[in-house]
Amino acid sequence: MNALGQGLTKNAFFATLPTWLSKSTESQVPDELAKIAAEYEGEKGALIPVLQKVQGKFGYLSKEAISQIAKFSRMSESEVFGVASFYAQFYFSRRGQHTVKVCLGTACHVRGGERILDEVKRELDVESGGTTKDYKFSLERVACFGSCALAPVVVIDKDVHGRMTVAKAKEILSEY
Amino acid sequence: MTFEKIHSHAVSEWEKLQSSNKPRILVGAGTCGSAAGALDILKAINEELGRQNIEAIVIQVGCMGLCFAEPMVGIVKPGRPQIIYGDLTPKSAIQLVNDYLVNDKPRPDLAMGYIGNGKVDSIPNLFELPVLKPQVRIVLRNCGLIDPENINHYIANGGYSGLVRALKMTPEAIIEEIKKSGLRGRGGAGFSTGQKWDFCRKAPGEEKYIICNADEGDPGAFMNRSLLEGDPHSVLEGMAIGAYTIGANQGYIYCRAEYPLALERLRLALQQMEKYGFIGNNILGSGFSFHIKIKEGAGAFVCGEETALMASIEGKRGMPRARPPFPAISGLWGKPTNINNVETWANAARILQKGGDWYAQYGSEKSKGTKTFALVGKVERTGLIEVPLGITLRQIIYDIGGGILKDKQFKAVQTGGPSGGCLPTSMLDSPVDYESLTAAGSIMGSGGMIVADEDTCMVDLTKYFLTFTQAESCGKCPPCRVGTRQMLGILDRITRGEGKPEDIKQLERIATTVKQGSLCGLGQTAPNPVLTTIRYFRNEYESHINEKRCPALVCKNLISFYILPDKCQGCMICLRNCPTEAITGDKRLVHVINQDKCIKCGTCTDVCPPRFSAIAKVSGEQIEVPLEPVPIKESA
Repeated sequence: MNALGQGLTKNAFFATLPTWLSKSTESQVPDELAKIAAEYEGEKGALIPVLQKVQGKFGYLSKEAISQIAKFSRMSESEVFGVASFYAQFYFSRRGQHTVKVCLGTACHVRGGERILDEVKRELDVESGGTTKDYKFSLERVACFGSCALAPVVVIDKDVHGRMTVAKAKEILSEY
Repeated sequence: MTFEKIHSHAVSEWEKLQSSNKPRILVGAGTCGSAAGALDILKAINEELGRQNIEAIVIQVGCMGLCFAEPMVGIVKPGRPQIIYGDLTPKSAIQLVNDYLVNDKPRPDLAMGYIGNGKVDSIPNLFELPVLKPQVRIVLRNCGLIDPENINHYIANGGYSGLVRALKMTPEAIIEEIKKSGLRGRGGAGFSTGQKWDFCRKAPGEEKYIICNADEGDPGAFMNRSLLEGDPHSVLEGMAIGAYTIGANQGYIYCRAEYPLALERLRLALQQMEKYGFIGNNILGSGFSFHIKIKEGAGAFVCGEETALMASIEGKRGMPRARPPFPAISGLWGKPTNINNVETWANAARILQKGGDWYAQYGSEKSKGTKTFALVGKVERTGLIEVPLGITLRQIIYDIGGGILKDKQFKAVQTGGPSGGCLPTSMLDSPVDYESLTAAGSIMGSGGMIVADEDTCMVDLTKYFLTFTQAESCGKCPPCRVGTRQMLGILDRITRGEGKPEDIKQLERIATTVKQGSLCGLGQTAPNPVLTTIRYFRNEYESHINEKRCPALVCKNLISFYILPDKCQGCMICLRNCPTEAITGDKRLVHVINQDKCIKCGTCTDVCPPRFSAIAKVSGEQIEVPLEPVPIKESA
């Protein structure tokens, strides 16, 4: 699901960001971006790798970052946002400290992934695509990790938890 | 360095390893092995080796595909065959090091089988086991057996001899060889690879590109991931051969970002190729130059479609475009481009190594060779398999897969992911090849094979696939954008018990329109799950619509949970675990579920002790139970 699908309209996106960013981080953005952009100088079709690098650095794509990337790549902000929002990988708001990904690939689905997702939603009190109020967890439903033999699967940050049950999911969340 | 020198160096390194007087331990540490705990096993083994002061060679290998038995370890003692052990824990792995390496007891109770020459008492030949016997391993031949991070292991096992041979042939002769093999696109569409290369080769233009499609997006499929993790060089060799044949000097690999280990192995493999001169300028003195760039996908299923994938490489939104012009004429940056799937490239390399006739001996008349499948869902032995085409679904599910989990009843097998169809029991004996699967309403697809049993609701499964394709539809063409949403809406209504008798007809009508009118493969195939389930499981739709009943007891709005008063022992376990506090009762009182509060999560069924089994799940009926907790009946 893209950002728009998460209930974030484009106007809302530009209106709400990036209030949480402190001044110091914000002023780093252009410097860091210049470095990243320099790596891709003259390369055709570098927009997506640049977006990936920037998100890797800052955790998400802030309004500031998008407008800087637009400048570097000589595109309009809306074009850059248009590309970024097409792909599920890009985020436009601050993420939680931990990312909980509940797999709903086919194998996980037939082995009860939906029930696991319901439980996690209830436990964290957050919808999929959302972040908890304390910024501790972001919840995502994903379409397959390729660990189908261990279905159903929940991935928290980089740890894969296989053969999940509703009770186990609750227990694992409490460990974070 | 000449290839002869590289080859003899690689062979001597490989043979030195084989004849080493130190024991060798191979730990299957692909993504799924690691998820099952392989890295803990690796740590435990290394620590134990240190404690016991045993000098051993420990290698991390890719996945053998026997996922059901992960984590797995292979142990080779000098002069003995390799023994494969499955289902290990750190504790049993430590015990194994002591028993086999220290005390020379090979522990047949933990072993699955042996590989190689020689015999071990009470341990069977691994490849004679029912799970492996029907399999023919061509692209997976090295997975789990060589170190994927060591190019010499690949070379010593015949690797890159196909490239060397190709560079001495004319492009026409290579295309002939590929045509002779009968290889067809393993991404699922099944177009003749030889012809495809021929089109692109003959297309006018100086600058041409080749692309490896590693954007394995089908949920329930991980064949390409395992191959890239377990034997990346086989794919790269195929690409170099293809590039030479077509006349391309630049290649791209478009790989999902969700596959970090595969990406890491590809990067390393490219460095190793460069060192040996298998890639770069003037490859092995042939005058041919070829470079490969890796592009990470950004999470869009539609980018598996070739024109969308190319748009994504160009840095745009990954939206497909109308064909013609086909990529062979006008592809990436408007230049002639040949795009093949990971598995197709790996097959092409092996064909050049062993010959087209050799490859064509496997498979059926029109579908030659082998195909990898990710066999998952409700089967006993889940895993990655490679079978000759023409094998029946029954052989795959029952012989290789070991039948249905917990001896339940088989209901359907889903091939081709969200683009494929669900095939019922009556189709179990039909052969797995491109034509037969298409005739049955499904497709070969890239190789996901998901087995459903009696507890799977086919309407719910169809809704699941449509939820996926609807979310992933790029929105460019209306049939797909509007049609998937409308179909999903109807399916959602049916599963909520609000279906109307005319819904089935309406679904069929929309599905046909979307199939015929959509721009790309995503839309053209998205209706397949709808059409096949209506064709084979119409009765399930009818139960939902006419009787408001879900026969598989899955659809939440149509099921109810009850606590049976004659079985409940008042133990309070369900009461404590119920997430919505819908259960009332007390010690020695029969518990009661408040139907208004129940969210049908099934937790009570999971936690109710099996010796009581007091929770009943029903659909379309009511069970008479007390409305308030009452004392349990003391058994006489």
